[in-house]
Amino acid sequence: MTGGAIVSGPHAHSKFSVAQTMVSVMVCLSPATALGFYQFGWPAILLFAVTVASALIAEAICLLLARRPVSIYLFDGSAILTGWLLAMTLPPWAPWWVGTVGAFIAIGLGKHVYGGLGQNMFNPAMVARAMLLVALPVQMTTWVLPPPFGEPGAPEFWEALTITFGGSGDIDAVSGATTLGFVAAGLDGGRHLTDIMAETFPLRSLAFGHVPGSLGETSALLLFLGGCLLIAMRVIRWQTPFALLLSAGGLSAALHLLDPMSYPSPLWHLASGGLMLCAFFIATDYVTSPVSGLGQLIYGAGTGLLIVIIRTWGAFPEGAAFAVLLMNACTPVIDTYTRPRIFGRDRKGRPLELPKGARQ
Amino acid sequence: MQLFSLASLKRYGGNFGIRGGVHPETRKYLAAECAIETMPLPSLVRVPLQQHIGAEAVPLVKRDDQVLKGQLIGKARGAVSAHVHAPTSGRVIAVGQFAAPHPSGLPVATITIRPDGEDRWGPHMPRMRPEDADPAEIAQRVMEAGIVGMGGATFPAAVKLTLRERYPLHTLIINGAECEPYLTCDDRLLRERSEEVVDGIRIMARALGITKVIVAIEGNKPQAIEAIRRHIFAVGPEARVVRVPTLYPMGSEKHLVQTVTGLETPARALTAELGVVVHNAATAHAVHKAVRYGEPLISRVLTVSGFGVKRPANVEVLIGTPVSEILDHCGGLTGTPDRLILGGPMMGLPIQSLRVPVIKGTNGILALEAAETRRHEAMPCIRCGGCIKVCPCGLMPMEMHARIHAGDLDGAVETGLLDCVSCGSCSFNCPSNIQLVQGFNYAKGRLAAKQSQKHQQEEAKRLAEARTARMEAIADAKRKAMARRKAEQAAKKKRQAEEKARQAEAAATEKTSNAGTDAQTAGPPPQEAAE
Ligand code: SF4
Ligand code: SF4
Repeated sequence: MTGGAIVSGPHAHSKFSVAQTMVSVMVCLSPATALGFYQFGWPAILLFAVTVASALIAEAICLLLARRPVSIYLFDGSAILTGWLLAMTLPPWAPWWVGTVGAFIAIGLGKHVYGGLGQNMFNPAMVARAMLLVALPVQMTTWVLPPPFGEPGAPEFWEALTITFGGSGDIDAVSGATTLGFVAAGLDGGRHLTDIMAETFPLRSLAFGHVPGSLGETSALLLFLGGCLLIAMRVIRWQTPFALLLSAGGLSAALHLLDPMSYPSPLWHLASGGLMLCAFFIATDYVTSPVSGLGQLIYGAGTGLLIVIIRTWGAFPEGAAFAVLLMNACTPVIDTYTRPRIFGRDRKGRPLELPKGARQ
Repeated sequence: MQLFSLASLKRYGGNFGIRGGVHPETRKYLAAECAIETMPLPSLVRVPLQQHIGAEAVPLVKRDDQVLKGQLIGKARGAVSAHVHAPTSGRVIAVGQFAAPHPSGLPVATITIRPDGEDRWGPHMPRMRPEDADPAEIAQRVMEAGIVGMGGATFPAAVKLTLRERYPLHTLIINGAECEPYLTCDDRLLRERSEEVVDGIRIMARALGITKVIVAIEGNKPQAIEAIRRHIFAVGPEARVVRVPTLYPMGSEKHLVQTVTGLETPARALTAELGVVVHNAATAHAVHKAVRYGEPLISRVLTVSGFGVKRPANVEVLIGTPVSEILDHCGGLTGTPDRLILGGPMMGLPIQSLRVPVIKGTNGILALEAAETRRHEAMPCIRCGGCIKVCPCGLMPMEMHARIHAGDLDGAVETGLLDCVSCGSCSFNCPSNIQLVQGFNYAKGRLAAKQSQKHQQEEAKRLAEARTARMEAIADAKRKAMARRKAEQAAKKKRQAEEKARQAEAAATEKTSNAGTDAQTAGPPPQEAAE
């Protein structure tokens, strides 16, 4: 049917390609990534490189197995972006094999078992993260806060090699809990939120990234700006991030107003953890989110609510991965019920009525 | 990639927006400043008998006939059809099948004329004064002149001028949007022959009995807007020029109506049912020539453009001129173009041979180089929603495409396949470069074939059933007649038998007892009474 002789138009094209889309996302992601590198030093850079390279290798293997043209698909950018996003959610000083295993899970189980690009139902990076979190709770929750790049005390390159590739290393010296984990643990211990908050990081640190956490958890502000740029470039639409931030902020604000002693403020929620990363770069994944604007509003709102619910009452301190996966599962249903109205028809698909008196 | 631009936020005064749409690079600058030039007589003209939507015209000439310019050579057949005239004087050298500018590429009946170079007119149709003419007369003249919609739809214009018999009309919209990239022929026509175009509009308004006229021109043609504004008063006080946003597909009939009137045409309905008729600007020009001067539609202005053409131009050519001669007139091709297209780059038809003729609906000849066209290979759909965002009809092209690919035609129809106007916005915007429209056109073709097959089958079935029913009815009637006759005969026999029996009885009684049996003979025989 398609292919062969071209028999119909259009003969022009916007010249915007899949690869360009992916590259645009990466460009908008890079400021936050760069800050993460600065923050966590060489080990983070090594882990990032390993994860992205593993994703590419996994993609190549899967393509070969599926007998697809490797040259076209390998550099469409989707595998690199998946590896990149996964790396953003890993603890920066995790050993190399965490990244490799994660990348293979993401590309193999998250994407290619469904049939490759465009066919998967769940966000590959989030599938990998969720599996790693369940399978490797220790490695996935060991966080560090070293002095930033280039300052005394930051790991040198050769030290980084031992941290990433050399097994354990002496990272206990600097490890700590993420803000979310810290607050969750404190609340579970029956302490008052104000006491806990006093010990954690101020909002400013959250916004600018001077906190322990994964690469992508560190700077809410840069992620927000990158996301806005992505919207301005028309790569993603505003609906999903807007609805997600609004619903997450709304629910946490409502809880906070009910009982400020046990529920942290909405701003804290928005600025901490992977919420910004999720809102702009993960929940907006084309393949696994609804296609229409209305659908994206519903999807974003659902994800935002789930994130706050899981953070507040769930077993894990951070719920972005699970929230996204749950909403991915709802995407086909949302798509079915949020079709745009067809021109000349009402929402149910019946032709519009002619205005009165138009017909003789 | 397009950065967010302030211009996209600007609302055009007095317009109602449409959803979706795209902003392809228009590249109108290539030919926009080239004045209309008239092409010299071609060495050959091939006039297809099917240049319009509807039934093919019937040829009136045969091989070796001499024809004069403007002579009727093909007669409209049926209500939706159009006359075809000789574009110049000369000798008919063939009446046969020839490749036509048609998506199927299948040959159609074509009259080939070798011009004698004299370009001698035959008798003109009488001039008319539209001010005094009856609306029906004007429509009749438009029909006689063989005028069809010249924006590419090629629907017989006369049919659209008689719509007032069926619908109460209130607005005539003249489509001067020319939203297809590259094309500038309507722009030039509006600029250079504004008086003639406005006169044609006036004539059409009179034929339709309408005083409210809106000329819709895209904002990227300020000079055309100016030119028409200068003359539009001639149509009447209720006529005006509206500047519509530069947005593809603004020229789509139903979308244009929505943009300038705010009325949304219901699915499967005509704009006329809302009281609105849309005609193309070039059609108005043809109407002017037909009514004022009695000239049939035998030439048109088209744009020759694209980076593959040496000298882009707007040329007035005879209908039937081969593409190759027009390209030669424009200096030829710069190399081997990636695609040769009749019409615009969004909805135009790719042609394989340079020998095909231009027809009444051909508004452009484009030779596009690879940099201007699209890649050939496609990626899988990444569900980016880009196609949905730009579809002016509110469809979900990726979903329809998936269903067509899976062979689920009914499913595709359910999701709106028949509401698709094949504008190509979706495919234009698809980052995976999927040939969405090609799939839709294929599916529409299959549906039409299936429908006609179904129709044929149903017709055959209906005929067969009718025949069986008729036969049965006949057989039944026969059976009944037979039965009746049998019954009658049986009754007759019985009566006769009884008669005999009674007579015998009577005779016997007469013989045996003469007296005292009055009562018995006087009373009716009991058997007879019962019958
Ligand atoms: S071609 Fe059809 S589906 Fe595609 S944008 Fe145009 S109307 Fe919509
Ligand atoms: S624009 Fe192309 S890739 Fe995007 S959803 Fe539509 S068909 Fe799929």
